[in-house]
Amino acid sequence: MKYIDGFRDPAVAAGLRARLDAVAAGLQAWNRPVNIMEVCGSHTMAIARYGIRDILPKNVTLISGPGCPVCVTPTSYIDIAITLAERGAIVVSFGDMIAVPGSSSSLAGCRARGGTVEIGYSPMRAIELAEAHPEREVVFLAIGFETTTAPVVAMLELAIRRGLRNLSLLTAFKRVPPALTALLSDPEIRIDAFLCPAHVSAIIGADAYKPFVETWKVPCVVAGFEPLDILYGILGILEQAARGEAAVANLYARVVTAQGNVHAQSLMAKYLEPVDAAWRGIGVIPASGLGLRPEFADYDAGRRHGVVVGLGAENPACACGEVLKGKQRPPDCPLFGAACTPDHPVGPCMVSSEGTCAAYFKYIVN
Amino acid sequence: MSEQTIQLGHGGGGLLSRDLIQREIVSRFGDGALKGLPDGATLPVPAGRAMVFTTDSFVVQPLEFPGGNIGDLAVHGTVNDLAVCGARPRWLSLALILEEGLPMTTLRRVLDSVKKAADDCGVAVVTGDTKVVAHGQCDGMYVNTAGIGELMDGFELGVGRVAAGDPILVSGPVGDHGMAVLAAREGIRITHGVTSDTGPVHRLVQGVREWAPHIRFMRDPTRGGLASVLNEVVEGQATGILLRETDLPFSAGAKAAAEMLGVDLLQVASEGRMILVCAPPVSEAILKVWRGMPEGRGAVKIGEVTATKGRVILETITGGRRLVDVPRGELLPRIC
Amino acid sequence: MCLAVPMKIMEIRGDGTGVAELDGSRHEVNLLLVPDIKNGDFVIVHAGFAIERMNEHEANAILAVFAEIADWQKNAVEAAP
Repeated sequence: MKYIDGFRDPAVAAGLRARLDAVAAGLQAWNRPVNIMEVCGSHTMAIARYGIRDILPKNVTLISGPGCPVCVTPTSYIDIAITLAERGAIVVSFGDMIAVPGSSSSLAGCRARGGTVEIGYSPMRAIELAEAHPEREVVFLAIGFETTTAPVVAMLELAIRRGLRNLSLLTAFKRVPPALTALLSDPEIRIDAFLCPAHVSAIIGADAYKPFVETWKVPCVVAGFEPLDILYGILGILEQAARGEAAVANLYARVVTAQGNVHAQSLMAKYLEPVDAAWRGIGVIPASGLGLRPEFADYDAGRRHGVVVGLGAENPACACGEVLKGKQRPPDCPLFGAACTPDHPVGPCMVSSEGTCAAYFKYIVN
Repeated sequence: MSEQTIQLGHGGGGLLSRDLIQREIVSRFGDGALKGLPDGATLPVPAGRAMVFTTDSFVVQPLEFPGGNIGDLAVHGTVNDLAVCGARPRWLSLALILEEGLPMTTLRRVLDSVKKAADDCGVAVVTGDTKVVAHGQCDGMYVNTAGIGELMDGFELGVGRVAAGDPILVSGPVGDHGMAVLAAREGIRITHGVTSDTGPVHRLVQGVREWAPHIRFMRDPTRGGLASVLNEVVEGQATGILLRETDLPFSAGAKAAAEMLGVDLLQVASEGRMILVCAPPVSEAILKVWRGMPEGRGAVKIGEVTATKGRVILETITGGRRLVDVPRGELLPRIC
Repeated sequence: MCLAVPMKIMEIRGDGTGVAELDGSRHEVNLLLVPDIKNGDFVIVHAGFAIERMNEHEANAILAVFAEIADWQKNAVEAAP
């Protein structure tokens, strides 16, 4: 596991820590912390799992943004999925969606009451089930950022090639770049730099962040998910800040290229088009989602069943919205660790495998 | 005439049952207390000695996995429970629930493993039972073993005895069993990858008897792995635990499978390892003895007890710390 | 959910699938998103799909940078009073 262990070497971590301290010392003159936002649940989890906040210089603050696709999906999506299962569809989902609370129940609750809810590690599970049960509709819960959108679309292409007519997607795909625009435009959030997601960037390419550098002059550093990748990425940001620069830096060049995975992009463009999307806690962000093109209406569960995922009402006690924008840390939410825990979550941030509240609860020593 | 698969009649108590018992059970375990198939085993209990009694049921899927099967798992699991209580394992019961349609060859491989493991552990299978349920009413085979052992002198184990500064030792790499079963289930084909660590630990316990008064706590990290056991040690106590990530022992195969399946090895079961918490002066001696035995070759100290109330904390490779929480939610099912 | 593991392609079948390996553990992987991949290449695998090639040259380059950082730190610590 050379290409994994090599990025978890404690001796290198010690060296990066020393460099971080040295560069951060030069930023004391700012008289305020450098606010770095990461926008990927995998970064959120890795930062917590490796105790990175513990060892960062005191004038560097890491903010978790809306990086968890499950967490930014409105409650109404779960309600629709449950309704479809109750109507007899086989609902196929990635694992961490199962326990997310809807308005009155979760998919796990629906399954316990007899609904057919299947977990798929890979979207190909939907094809397996559609082929095994030609008499039933299989609905795949198509949630994710670009990293996941690409494999789901590939699955759809295979399903169509195989002539399957009983498979559809309930789409809630999200695009990262429009979310960055929304966050940068929010006057209540101060973002000095972005730690850009590793595998979303593998799909969309590092050049996708150039507009943010040009318009807002914030460093955008692409970093991998291993602990050394994250420390190296933060170091890259601080070095730019120290030089008063703002640029796109691809520090995950072993996987991310400037243009990204062009083949995946064209496959996605073949089936999907940008649509306005509702982000829980943020609101509707224009063109921030991807929906099936009208010519693929047969594979669109929303169109087939006449349902649209709207913002809807969320539990007023739940602070996921503020957490998702980085305006509140999980421990600041009065429900955190008391009424809201992974065993009985109030909001998705606590139960999703990439949720900020889940990361804090599981890993942070308070 | 011997059948290819288990029939309902094999559990019926009639001729087919008796034939199965003679052929498969008596042939392997028919000496000693099982001779003549009495309803109960009469056993010679040493005078003045406390006996330790434990039981475990085994529902692992698949029945056979790289490195073992439900049979040796059932022997090791119960032997190990006795061992970590400070007992010398002596006798086992073996109860089988078989699914109609189970191939006879599978049953034989499992029973051969039971015999081999029992002989290797120096325990005797002295009583048992066989039932058959209809096709679909159990997954191939369920096994229950109960075990009796003699408590050895000097052991006074309990989480209340654990004190700040006590070293925490583990007898070898952890998580291989759970990953081997999960990999088999997920269709991860193993070339030279992870195999189950199923095995006995009683010799490890017997090997450190002379330090028994200085041993605070022992357990085998099965369901829920190290995370579960270590949290048991500190829950509700005034002490906590600090582990060092760089000292945690994991095999290359288990690490690779865990990466692929997104699983935290601290929460994954082992079935041939043990954890021991002792007074500081004896830890080096215990490690030396363990490392001299094949089942303790990879023994290491993974951390120590601290004064941080009730929590297990891991110092990660970055130097930053994180919590090792009690495993929650739907953990890996059916791994033992 | 965006977690992906670097694995080596050991076999490419005609139907768009292949077999990838990490330290002796092998799993089937879908190659539809990386049509130009070759045997022996490394890929990043997410949700059963290879989503991009991992460039070994770049990987070794960054590991070399890291090795220098580790050495520099080691020397600094040894030199300190």
